[in-house]
Amino acid sequence: MSGNKVWNFRICDSSKYPVLLAQGSLLKTTMSFLSEDKIKELAKKANDIRISIIEMLVEAKSGHTAGPLGMADIFTLFYFHVLKHDPKNPTWEDRDRFVLSNGHIAPVLYATMAHAGYFPIEELKTLRKFGTRLQGHPHREYMPWLENSSGPLGSGLSQAGGMALADKIDKKDKDRFIYCFMSDGEMDEGNTWEAIMLAGKHKLRNLIAVVDRNNIQIEGFTEDVMPLEPFHAKWKAFNWHVIEVSGHDFRALNEVVEEAQDIFEKPTVIIAHTIPGKGVKEFERDYKWHGKPPSKEEGEMALKELRNLRF
Amino acid sequence: MLNPSLKLNPKIWGDDVEQVPIRKGFGQGLLAAGEADENVVGLCADLTESTQMHLFADKFPNRFIQVGVAEQNLVTIASGMAAMGKIPFCSSYAMFSPGRNWEQIKTTITYNDRKVVIVGSHSGISVGPDGGTHQALEDIALMRVMPNIDVVSPCDAIEAKKVTLALAKTKKPAYLRLVREKTPTITTEETPFEIGKAEIYWMPDVGLAQVGIIVTGGLMHRALLAAKELEAEGIKTKVMNLSSIKPIDSEAIITLAKECKSIVTVEEHQVAGGMGSAVAEVLAQKFPVPVEFIGIQDKFGQSGTPDELVEHYDMGKNSIKEAVKKILTRKV
Repeated sequence: MSGNKVWNFRICDSSKYPVLLAQGSLLKTTMSFLSEDKIKELAKKANDIRISIIEMLVEAKSGHTAGPLGMADIFTLFYFHVLKHDPKNPTWEDRDRFVLSNGHIAPVLYATMAHAGYFPIEELKTLRKFGTRLQGHPHREYMPWLENSSGPLGSGLSQAGGMALADKIDKKDKDRFIYCFMSDGEMDEGNTWEAIMLAGKHKLRNLIAVVDRNNIQIEGFTEDVMPLEPFHAKWKAFNWHVIEVSGHDFRALNEVVEEAQDIFEKPTVIIAHTIPGKGVKEFERDYKWHGKPPSKEEGEMALKELRNLRF
Repeated sequence: MLNPSLKLNPKIWGDDVEQVPIRKGFGQGLLAAGEADENVVGLCADLTESTQMHLFADKFPNRFIQVGVAEQNLVTIASGMAAMGKIPFCSSYAMFSPGRNWEQIKTTITYNDRKVVIVGSHSGISVGPDGGTHQALEDIALMRVMPNIDVVSPCDAIEAKKVTLALAKTKKPAYLRLVREKTPTITTEETPFEIGKAEIYWMPDVGLAQVGIIVTGGLMHRALLAAKELEAEGIKTKVMNLSSIKPIDSEAIITLAKECKSIVTVEEHQVAGGMGSAVAEVLAQKFPVPVEFIGIQDKFGQSGTPDELVEHYDMGKNSIKEAVKKILTRKV
């Protein structure tokens, strides 16, 4: 089913991409070294989140599959290790800000937040149903602890940039980070590049973008629909610090997030190479799974595969 | 007569009436709002001086963000700043903001419930020589159709200053519509202004009015001149300033309709979807009376002087008078 795709992951090699490291991190972080046990725990949690994603999509009978599965590892690392946040006090003023730009991967956001304790896991079954807090695309009116509503692509990075600008004016840009998760498909949007330009101009040091470089969008591969390459060079040309990494390697991901936090001179983008549909072999690397949910049978097959994984 | 309780400008009738661009009142208001609250920030898309934001930018350079010619970024950056407690005012020409960035305004400001004030300057046909590409004739419709936003279109610079100061204190997203051209000063510092409240600027000396004229924005002076001439011809009118298009003062509109049994609306905007439509929505539901709409009749603009264009598109003093006379024949 996955067809004839060629994958060329450029795993982060810091010697290849010289970085502007400050002398020791001046930024506060709650992060720490990832032990083997912690990595196992995160992998197990990511698998639980993938199971929830499949269950909720089958129940909802609509929604996106590939992106949420592909981003499950990164969401898990952030919500269970990186982010300074408190599910019991979600509007805590000093929290990091997490902006999801491509709202269509809402299932992974909701599943991760539920597993992190923001709301009952049981509620995931209400995804996309009338009266739910779990709108098809995230909406702050129903979930006030979200930093933004999103769905229409290309405006998350500028909202995150506005947050970082406000922090810069208030001299709070050493106290917390503003993270923005984005898709590669939404790099087609002009608004995205406007935001990239502005963040480079203002050297927004506490702004960290994470691009889900899964190479697919609704109608095909990004390089066929609208080529993004040379992607790394484009960001760099706009005065960003650019890091590439596998989106499924917890240790490598954690290291590049730490590197991004240490960059003091400019905003950083982490280009995370992910496998769309990751975790379910039948769904992996096939753009047809971008925007549709699994049927009941496909869902059962996927759940069997995920539940049989051992950690 | 001018409504004596509103302390309007007594020199309004002379050829030497003071004329100030409405946008200038915004510039002064933003400066004052910035002095009163350090959370007020200004963002502009490469039109700082022509939208009069330079007064704020010069005084508070650290609270001014130049985003370049990027209107989508203008409002979405503002949304992010609002999320952190700032009170952003973002200005450009109305044709570009909200003309170009409507979806961003909806998703990241109104739907997202972030308090941002979108300031659309150079609205209407009176932009003049720049021609149709630069004449925003649809912006009231674009903004008022959305939930969770106030829409205000002041009639002169003094009112624009008051509106700006008021919008810096509300919790809701807002659209502030400004006009480029010099506009006669109608109000004074003492004239009351409140968001959501309409005021009667002109009324008969004695007795009831036969026609109610409801105006928003820069055509107010022409409407008052029309009302004065109509009075001399024996036609009694009331002229209402409806600067707050949303929230709309339904009560005041219905009261006027009950008295006059007929309404003429006047705006520098397409008649479809504009202030007149908003008035008609109220009347159709609560107190139906005949309505004549002065505005752009489903056409694009073109180059010309502001006066030439206002006359060409039938929005001048004589057109308002004709509409009043026409509606007298339609009254039931």
